[in-house]
Amino acid sequence: MVALSDFKFDAEGYLVDPNTWTPELAQAIAERESVTLTERHWVVINYARGEYKAKGEAPTLRNITKNTDVDTKELYSLFPGGPGKKAAMVAGLHKPTGCI
Amino acid sequence: MKTFLILGGGTGGTLMANKLAKRLDAHDWKIVVVDKDETHYYQPGFLFIPFGIYKPEDVVKQKRAFLPSNVEFIVSDIEKIEPAENRVVLKKDDRVLNYDTLLIATGTDIHPEEIEGMLDGGWHQNIFDFYTYAGTTALSQFLKKFNSGRLVFNVAEMPIKCPVAPLEFMMLADDYFVRRGIRSKVELVYATPLSGAFTKPRSSEALGGMLDKKGIHIEPDFAVSGVDSARNVISSYDGRELNYDLLVTIPTNMGADFIGRSGMGDDLNFVPTNKHTLQADKWPNIWVIGDAANVPASKAGAVAHFESDTLTENILHQIKGEPLEETFDGHANCYIESGHGKALLIDFNYDTEPLPGTYPLPVIGPFSLLKESVINHWGKLAFRWMYWNLIVKGRPMPVSTQMTMVGKRP
Repeated sequence: MVALSDFKFDAEGYLVDPNTWTPELAQAIAERESVTLTERHWVVINYARGEYKAKGEAPTLRNITKNTDVDTKELYSLFPGGPGKKAAMVAGLHKPTGCI
Repeated sequence: MKTFLILGGGTGGTLMANKLAKRLDAHDWKIVVVDKDETHYYQPGFLFIPFGIYKPEDVVKQKRAFLPSNVEFIVSDIEKIEPAENRVVLKKDDRVLNYDTLLIATGTDIHPEEIEGMLDGGWHQNIFDFYTYAGTTALSQFLKKFNSGRLVFNVAEMPIKCPVAPLEFMMLADDYFVRRGIRSKVELVYATPLSGAFTKPRSSEALGGMLDKKGIHIEPDFAVSGVDSARNVISSYDGRELNYDLLVTIPTNMGADFIGRSGMGDDLNFVPTNKHTLQADKWPNIWVIGDAANVPASKAGAVAHFESDTLTENILHQIKGEPLEETFDGHANCYIESGHGKALLIDFNYDTEPLPGTYPLPVIGPFSLLKESVINHWGKLAFRWMYWNLIVKGRPMPVSTQMTMVGKRP
């Protein structure tokens, strides 16, 4: 089990350097956020990591639901309280932001 | 004779036609611009029309008038691009245009049909967009008769064109209802898919309480699931319902349909493009300017202007077989109207968030950054003159193409 204290998080709990992320760390972040990871969560997490590698940012909800078999309703049940933010958090990515 | 084909005669397409007409040898190259209609709208002005600050006729001119005389202008819808054949098929008469080099400048449009129920009974009755000429002029008529009630503003999903427009709309609405003496009878609610009105650390720090002070309520993390226009309710996937008397929406923004039909776009029909060179990822003789590209820069006319320098040089490099410049840094520069005769200014790029400080500009500057001032408002109004006289004509602007840290407080 990895220790969360070995990693740097910002004030809201997002991993500061997405490149230090590991699947074990995802487990630990999920626990902190009271989310129990299932195979379905991993479909989303793996997709988000792939998008980050390709484009340098976390995918949008539309992007996730169009390119995986997880629909919007399921996303909300997997990551309650804002799947865009929560999925990004567990995947070690930064929160989606605007320009200002 | 070679053909340089530009799809789209808006801000980006027009300014590139002007720049390339000066730089490509007219003996070797013919420049052709295709657009689906003849009218050039000053889109930043759409924000002001609902509040009576601009009249509809202030934002409308003819596209042809801003193109050099030796550029051919074709008015037609586009069926598709066939990038492997270096040709474009038009809808009008199934005409085929062959090209040597192609520039995609077809921008982004709103897609209200992407949101369930949005186009049912209430559309342009008490639900309005302001990203189209029809939407903003209809909204201005509605507002004249709107004397009390709840105005809900919703952004469906990111990215959107002019990402500061929601803030400006809400602050101008506050100003408008104060001027009409009915502010206390109007509730203003801003439902955003983001975690707040300000999501960058320095902006939140500097401007965090701004909307609160104006009595604008924020509904954060609101991912719209649908609109019920029989009940006047907009709902989110996490089960929230907001009732409205007037719903102002920025629906899903997507690139042109023909990009999708050509198999050249991402999920939202934006063309995958190198964010520093502005060359299409898959085709070396295809270039993308402005909102049509999937680059993580703001979708705004000023950004297209900053991109045009990199694009012009890289297009010439590519034609000559030279290596490309990776010079576009994501620079954006936006005035944000905050009402009551004031505005903010932000200046940022891919790597640097909007910072406080001052922004140097000869003659009328310096402007204050990330802070309200009267002079910033003058800057915003002067921008319309700069748009028609400098930007779309491809003339130099008195600001640097790459972002500079001069005056900024890191």
